[in-house]
Amino acid sequence: MRFRIEQRPEPSATMRVAAPVIAALLTLLAGSLLFAALGYNPVDALYAFFIAPLNSINGLSEWLLKASPLILIACGLAIGFRANVWNIGAEGQLIVGAIAATGVGLFYPDPESSLILPLMLLAGALAGIAWAAIPAFLRARMNTNEILVTLMLTYIASLLLSWLVHGPWRDPMGFNYPQTALLPAAGMFEPFDYSYRLNSSIFITVIAVFLTWLFTDRSFLGYKMSVGGAAPLAARYAGFRESAAVWTGLLAGGAAAGIAGMAEVAGPLGQLSPQISPGYGFAAIIVAFVGRLNAFGIVLSGLLMSLLFLGGEAVQLGLGLPSAITRIFQGILLFLLLAADFFIFYRIRRLPEHA
Amino acid sequence: MDLFLAIFTGTVIAATPLIFAALGELIVEKSGVLNLGIEGMMLVGAAFAFWAVFSGLPMPVAIAVGALAGAASSLIFGVLALTFLTNQYAAGLALAIFGSGVSAFLGRSFGSAPIDALDRIQIPFLSDIPVIGPMFFRFDPLVYLAIAAFFAISFFLYRTKGGLILRTIGESPETSHAIGYPVIRIRYLAVLFGGLMAGLGGAYLSIAYTPLWVENMTAGKGWISLALVVFATWRPLRVLLGAWLFGGMTILQLQGQALGVAVPSELLSALPYLATIVVLVIISRHRQTLALHFPASLARPFRPPV
Amino acid sequence: MAGAGLLHPSPQSSPFRFKDMIPRLELRNITKRYPGIIANDDISMSILPGEIHAVLGENGAGKSTLMKIIYGAAQADSGEIFCDGKRIEAHNPAVSRALGIEMVYQHFALFESVSVAENIALSMKGRFDLPALAAEITEVSRKYGMPIDPHRHVHDLSVGERQRVEIVRCLLQKPKLLILDEPTSVLTPQAVEKLFETLRQLAGEGCSILYISHKLEEVQELCDFATVLRNGKVIGTANPREVTSLDLARMMVGASLPEMQVTAPSRSAEPVLEVRGLSAPARDRYGMGLNDISLSVYGGEIVGLAGVSGNGQAELVSLLSGERLSPEADAIRVGGKAVGRLDASERRKLGMAFVPEERLGRGAVPPHTLWENAVLTAHRLGLVRGGMVDRGRAAGFAGGVIERFSVKAKGPQASAQSLSGGNLQKYIVGREIALNPKLLLVSQPTWGVDVGAAAFIRQTLVDVSRAGAAVFIVSEELDELFEICDRLLVIGQGRISQPLIRSETNREEVGLLMTRFGGNGNGGRERLAVQD
Repeated sequence: MRFRIEQRPEPSATMRVAAPVIAALLTLLAGSLLFAALGYNPVDALYAFFIAPLNSINGLSEWLLKASPLILIACGLAIGFRANVWNIGAEGQLIVGAIAATGVGLFYPDPESSLILPLMLLAGALAGIAWAAIPAFLRARMNTNEILVTLMLTYIASLLLSWLVHGPWRDPMGFNYPQTALLPAAGMFEPFDYSYRLNSSIFITVIAVFLTWLFTDRSFLGYKMSVGGAAPLAARYAGFRESAAVWTGLLAGGAAAGIAGMAEVAGPLGQLSPQISPGYGFAAIIVAFVGRLNAFGIVLSGLLMSLLFLGGEAVQLGLGLPSAITRIFQGILLFLLLAADFFIFYRIRRLPEHA
Repeated sequence: MDLFLAIFTGTVIAATPLIFAALGELIVEKSGVLNLGIEGMMLVGAAFAFWAVFSGLPMPVAIAVGALAGAASSLIFGVLALTFLTNQYAAGLALAIFGSGVSAFLGRSFGSAPIDALDRIQIPFLSDIPVIGPMFFRFDPLVYLAIAAFFAISFFLYRTKGGLILRTIGESPETSHAIGYPVIRIRYLAVLFGGLMAGLGGAYLSIAYTPLWVENMTAGKGWISLALVVFATWRPLRVLLGAWLFGGMTILQLQGQALGVAVPSELLSALPYLATIVVLVIISRHRQTLALHFPASLARPFRPPV
Repeated sequence: MAGAGLLHPSPQSSPFRFKDMIPRLELRNITKRYPGIIANDDISMSILPGEIHAVLGENGAGKSTLMKIIYGAAQADSGEIFCDGKRIEAHNPAVSRALGIEMVYQHFALFESVSVAENIALSMKGRFDLPALAAEITEVSRKYGMPIDPHRHVHDLSVGERQRVEIVRCLLQKPKLLILDEPTSVLTPQAVEKLFETLRQLAGEGCSILYISHKLEEVQELCDFATVLRNGKVIGTANPREVTSLDLARMMVGASLPEMQVTAPSRSAEPVLEVRGLSAPARDRYGMGLNDISLSVYGGEIVGLAGVSGNGQAELVSLLSGERLSPEADAIRVGGKAVGRLDASERRKLGMAFVPEERLGRGAVPPHTLWENAVLTAHRLGLVRGGMVDRGRAAGFAGGVIERFSVKAKGPQASAQSLSGGNLQKYIVGREIALNPKLLLVSQPTWGVDVGAAAFIRQTLVDVSRAGAAVFIVSEELDELFEICDRLLVIGQGRISQPLIRSETNREEVGLLMTRFGGNGNGGRERLAVQD
């Protein structure tokens, strides 16, 4: 039996939609094999990982709470990825957004002012934008590849955070723990119900999804950027400037990540500490890809990714497995999605036997 | 004098994992493939090598295990990038995340007790020469292996037909295929070699450099290795020099803390990353410099036409 | 005897070929399909030892595919190939070379970053000994009248010199069959003569030559026998020396095409495009600098730029289109305004339109639909409102272009890459013309385009110019330029000649200018100091 790989005359629209679903299902399969190999009953483990976390209102609230920053950041990143602008440093942009927001929240003169929350939001966005402006400038003006610059800046942001919470911003009343004081109530998003942590910051994400769709699917600037990503010579031929795409792509991601950082401290965290994100900035990259760089796909893949995070925590508590298992699943999901994407453009044809 | 010796030997040791990983990636990129997953492969190598020592296997076996684990992980990337023609950036990132997960998972039971580190060698006569001896002849074997790898790779790339084939595949896989070379197969070999070297670099970190287990012990060295290849404009000698430069940055940070320099330790820790950015900017400014040894088909998927 | 030698249904029946000679190469029922098209349809032919055999056909006839199959770079879906009577199994380029089959590609298989000797070493088996190889290269290249220095790096060589390297590479293998795919498109007329001498010398030594071309006069001068392909099939065979070029053209093209309608030009008073003293440094080590270029194009006329590729045409075109900015704004004027520092979009605002030589990837975005590609340059025609793309209008515009220019496509929703070369070119030309330009720049209008679409495009360009637009065409096809241009310029080594009036000149004169300006591959190229 011989097979040949051949190119499809037209890309398959069915596979385009089906590939993420197939990848998700295969990831579940891989997950069950992994659990079985570790000596756990795969059904029980999968249940603990994927179903149990959603079994309560609190669980659903956590699911949406974690999905919100993932979707928000992925929307910003997708705008850049479509134009071949590779922002890998969303994690760092998230961190500086959180830092800036905390700074405003802690040091604003009137701790009960209703201006604090909006100012924190602004600060978070601007900080993320500023942090992303560095690689944007370096690429647009100095031809420096943004992948490495954004990554290096992530490590630097992390060190900045560490310095702040160990040093100048450490809470004097915090028993020497490396964390800041709690933000004032006026600087926090109120949860919808005090039994759960989900808060109104989720509306920011909803707006972001809509704006992203509008931008990528309908706007002229979005069109220009997609040309730049698909065929750079055609963009030059049409007079579309590459620098505009670079700035827009990076700043969109930076703003989104910065706001997400702000929403984390003004929401479930309430303060800065050395670990403010379980890797949202990197996971959002996968969310963007699995979501096909398209706003509504990103919503679905963000929900899936959030479930992977929840599951990781659940099996850590319940089965004693390290939460690193989440990263394993994330990697497998992206591997499988990339492999499934191949079949959008190619198919396998069985060859007739030679006489 | 002691300080100078400490800085010198510290630099060489800190540079060693970078040399392995960056030379490996150099070969990969020369063939036209870009593997962003070095960080993940190094972590996998570190974890597996540590596990081998932890389980009582002899040192050479442990090193081999780490290297092979790196190669195995690179195979995933290879299949995606070379057979499934995926976006190489995405595939590499997935490997980086996956590798870090696997490494952390494996490391859950290592605890924080140190293991017996790789022994430094003692060459009967050379190690005892005053001044020169301690400077050059008292490193562990992997340090010398890294230098040997540099010479071997330079020779391979520029003096052998195999190296010529590899470089020209990187320039134009279409042309190479038209002449009749198995482009995909050679690229697979390059990717596996890159994984082997990254695994070796990671193994060095966990069994020689810091012989106890810390989650995420590469702390970005994989990404710095990636930067090194660009910084070196794809030439082996510059990779070596760059590795020493960044090794030096790392040592400076440690020495700075020891000397009680009145700068926050985080700032010193940030030096290597800042230096990477600065170097990248300088190198990238002139498109001409980049073009010289740049493999023109880098990161472009290639499908052999039928 | 004009009719003799025409349209033999099979090679075996032609009277002058020896029936008892074993063919050097024989193809039987070769068929090859690509998605949506049958490139080679049941092709059979044979080539004798020492024979110079032409394969004639228009663009899209299947010649290149057939050559790839013969060489082993592609696999036929069915059919058999015999070399010296023995069937070839498991075909690939290495097998071909072992059998003595060598191929000089139309777009050379050379690596820029390494030397001539290293390039040739890559194609050879055996010990890797560069100095010995270099000596051999020097000797063989001199023997056949095309000397080449083995230590030079390929990126330093002119296009003509690179072809020499390709040919010498083949010669070193002492080939039994040499395949040449459109070898003369990159050569001046004088260099073509030199090539023909070499080929005759080779054939005299017993090597068979397979010569792919669509240039009838060359084939008549050089070749002993011709197989004509059309739409993937063998239409017939002929002895080129015994038939007229008209006969051959009819075989190649099939039904006769409508005559070109070219009325006399009526020039506008002022030039629409004026270039004065345009100089620009080479972009990189592989490029060509431009030196003091001056030309003007008036409304109502077509000006053509002739020249072998690699002499600065691509650089000039990208400076005119706005893809590259010129150092001085004033060096390029459109409608009297200095546009040198304006980008392509701003120049379109002033009435320029441009059809580039690369369709996919430059003139159109391959995975985008035709309506999305309409927005690429026609966005000012109401396709974008309030910063948003109006899909309905874009689809309407695209549909209009598809209809007016008879583009064979499934509609505005079809992706650009699903169109054939000719149809996509028609769409792009149509789109640019729909911008109602005052100045239309066209680069290689009919490259790789089938003959029907090519004729259509040429007629369209004439009509557009007679309606008042200034049209500037860059083409490597002298025939095409002589067919539709009113005035001609020649470019060589980044310099430009004085304009010639087409009706007052001929191919020889233009060819001489191309040689004088362009060099015939011997001299090195001038390098300008970087003056950014």
